[in-house]
Amino acid sequence: MSEAANPYLLEVESVSLSFQGVKAISDLSFKVRRHEICSLIGPNGAGKSSLLNVLNGVYRADAGWLHYDGERFDHLEPLEAARRGIGRTFQNNALFKKMTVLDNIVTGLSKRSTVGFLAQALALPAARAEAARFRERTEQVIDFLDLQAWRDVPVGQLAYGLQKRVELGRALIAEPQLLLLDEPMAGMNADEKVEMSTFIADINRELGTTVVLIEHDMGVVMSLSAHVVVLDYGRKVGDGSPSDVKNNPEVIAAYLGTVH
Amino acid sequence: MGLFLETLIGGLLAGTMYSLVAIGFVLIYKASGVFNYAQGSLLLFAALTFVTLHEKGLSFPAALAATVVVLIAAALLIERWVLRPLANRTQITLFMATLGLSFVVEGISQGLMGAEVHSLDLGIDDVPVFIGGLMFSQFDAVAAATAAVLVTVLALLFNKTRIGVSLRAVADDTRAALSLGINLNRIWQIVWAVAGVVGLVAGMLWGARQGVQFSLSFVVLKALPVLIIGGFTSIGGAIAGGLIVGASETLAEAYLGPYIGGGITPWFAYFLAIAFLYVRPAGLFGERTIDRV
Amino acid sequence: MSQLLAPPADFTGLSALLNHPAPIVLHQRRWHGPLVALVLAAVLLPTVANEYWLSAILVPFLILSLSGLGLNLLTGYTGQTSVGSAGFMAVGAFATYALLVRVPVLPLPVSILLGGLIAAAVGLLFGVPSGRIKGFYLMVTSLAAQFFLEWVFSKFPWFYNYGSSGTISAPHLEVAGFNLNTPAGKYGLVLVFVLALTWVAVNLVRSQTGRNWMAIRDMDTAAAVVGIPVYRYKLLAFAVSSFYLGIAGALWAFAYLGSASAQSFGITRSFQILFIIIIGGMGSIAGNFVGAAFISLLPLLLDTLGQNLFAGHVDAGLLQNIQKVIFGGLIIWFLIKEPDGLVRILSSIKERLALWPLRL
Repeated sequence: MSEAANPYLLEVESVSLSFQGVKAISDLSFKVRRHEICSLIGPNGAGKSSLLNVLNGVYRADAGWLHYDGERFDHLEPLEAARRGIGRTFQNNALFKKMTVLDNIVTGLSKRSTVGFLAQALALPAARAEAARFRERTEQVIDFLDLQAWRDVPVGQLAYGLQKRVELGRALIAEPQLLLLDEPMAGMNADEKVEMSTFIADINRELGTTVVLIEHDMGVVMSLSAHVVVLDYGRKVGDGSPSDVKNNPEVIAAYLGTVH
Repeated sequence: MGLFLETLIGGLLAGTMYSLVAIGFVLIYKASGVFNYAQGSLLLFAALTFVTLHEKGLSFPAALAATVVVLIAAALLIERWVLRPLANRTQITLFMATLGLSFVVEGISQGLMGAEVHSLDLGIDDVPVFIGGLMFSQFDAVAAATAAVLVTVLALLFNKTRIGVSLRAVADDTRAALSLGINLNRIWQIVWAVAGVVGLVAGMLWGARQGVQFSLSFVVLKALPVLIIGGFTSIGGAIAGGLIVGASETLAEAYLGPYIGGGITPWFAYFLAIAFLYVRPAGLFGERTIDRV
Repeated sequence: MSQLLAPPADFTGLSALLNHPAPIVLHQRRWHGPLVALVLAAVLLPTVANEYWLSAILVPFLILSLSGLGLNLLTGYTGQTSVGSAGFMAVGAFATYALLVRVPVLPLPVSILLGGLIAAAVGLLFGVPSGRIKGFYLMVTSLAAQFFLEWVFSKFPWFYNYGSSGTISAPHLEVAGFNLNTPAGKYGLVLVFVLALTWVAVNLVRSQTGRNWMAIRDMDTAAAVVGIPVYRYKLLAFAVSSFYLGIAGALWAFAYLGSASAQSFGITRSFQILFIIIIGGMGSIAGNFVGAAFISLLPLLLDTLGQNLFAGHVDAGLLQNIQKVIFGGLIIWFLIKEPDGLVRILSSIKERLALWPLRL
């Protein structure tokens, strides 16, 4: 689908989700333009992570549809979402704890592998060439994210903030079309947040990656995003540019008592 | 029709034997979240200890009491040396530890008490009994009765005593129980001791049926399908699971066996469990867990 | 209507992003020297070792290492617990036997390889439930496999060619005219298979396949999110693991035992192989050899100790039970102290151990 015809890469249409009777998301709809950075904000438990999980197929919505790159889905399997260029990071760092930083990031490229099993088993030149190519790209990402010092460290031993960077590396190495980031700056100090914001802004600018991120730090949200969606108790209470949303009385009410 | 009923009921009664073994597992799983592979060896150990003491001259009740004391001591040791160090590890790790434990217990059992088969006479003859024109094994009937008594005792223990309530609290939510000041280690010791006694009862019955010998410890493997079908966390489930497995096995052997060569009881239950897991991944009575990412 | 994202030819986006070339940092392979020496030593061993050592210690050690390797690929690397390894060994043994007896035109190595492939197919079949059954419950499928296969190979006389004793033995062990029915010959046969299959395992484990397996082990939901076809790789792990186990089974039956029956591949053997990988180190290649060495040598050690310390007055049965207690105790100890097994302990002791690159 040409960009002119559909400026929206992602559209959430009337999505609902409940767990054992508790409604996590109620009839949620919003659209995300291509190449934009959209922040998802709201108090804890508002359903933000659940929404991200629905977007890349980890959860199945009870109702509603997703439109991605012009196609409509009522559910997208995680594998399919990955193949279609959706990258994801998780709040609790869904990294492969026993594997090194390097190996974790390389797994981001597994869907790009074209070498067969036998070629790998017998270490044929094609397999070795691909491995070298992948290794080179991984080194680039490691360089970009300043992770050289921890390249061979098992990820489980790293600090939380560093793990988040590794997860970002893993998500971005395959040059995703859409990046879903769940609290990419949680647990970071001010300097680290600036660094992370720069990484995200660079990725968005240079690769054209559309970003949807969940974030609590209002300063980051305001400076980084062009579009903000506010959730409260699973419902949308705000949708617009950062300044629109900042002055929305419903949003302010939802946040009363949770000022950062 | 009569033959079918007889086979079915025979299977159900045999199933109560499985249930007895499974109850021991459920107790430990509920309290400490571990599938105790060593339950089988403890069964063997308990039965062997009893039989050896009895043969050495102790009277039936004295040997029983002494064995219970030994089991309590064993539970204390196990809690201290195996469970506590492995407190927060994965289920698989704990299972493997119990695998190792089973070897230790077996080695000690047979090292100290020998590997010969001991016969165990409980004074219950395995004679056929006729009720309503159908034939049952007297032994199986007694086993079923014993299981019923045991379950009642356990139910009373869990619901009426303070310890029992603590046990259930721990099973429900370990962290909350801890914050209430419940001594987790003590609970584990108690549970393992009780499981040991349950194992003793099961071991004695199994031993009386097929002699107290090494293969007794393999009965634990059959407990897995029983627990999968009945769920790991409920005694009622253990009973239901045992009955289902016992009945299905026996019926399958009688009706399916002749077509494919017979002797299918060693493996039939496992396939049943696989089929079950496809339909109900959490078992009949088990709790459904949600993967929160 | 939308296309799946086609792989970009050379990641131009990323390069632009970084606007400087990638630093070239490749792992230096330092292992060539010591490893070649080890292999050479293994090959030359028959010239110095006596027959007892070859046939009673080294051959079973090598085959057990191979079995451990097979199980490790499935359980240690992919995280799918299996207690049915011996069942798949049995498939390999009996399949190879069927080929040796019924298709004698095939050379021995080919029959063994085909036996492995047949075991792989059976393993694949028993791996099917792994898409639906996760974690601890999966054990029930390997238990089903173990007991079912044991039953099949004792119940149906076709498998042991209608022999009265239910055992199978190789008609003759020879390759291209060379008689292998000697201790050195059997050792050589086993060594070739073990070396070749270990090399393949190292390749696999260092490649995409190995990484995907480990990703599945560490967190399979994340693996799917990253784009790894989890179910397909699980099935692959079952198949490859059973391939290794099948070949090990054939070698066990014909190059070690001489003749075997379904009982040679009982559940005790499955547990033994599980112990090898726990003690040696799960998720490690070298660990299998370390674990197998341990399991092969410990009984010997105990026997010798018993003979020497008690002037031969120790009951064989008692020794076995002591062995059991030691094994069990060690399993528990390892799980508590060093879940990565002996291999980790050894590598902590000797950082530059030649086997280092085989340990991921």
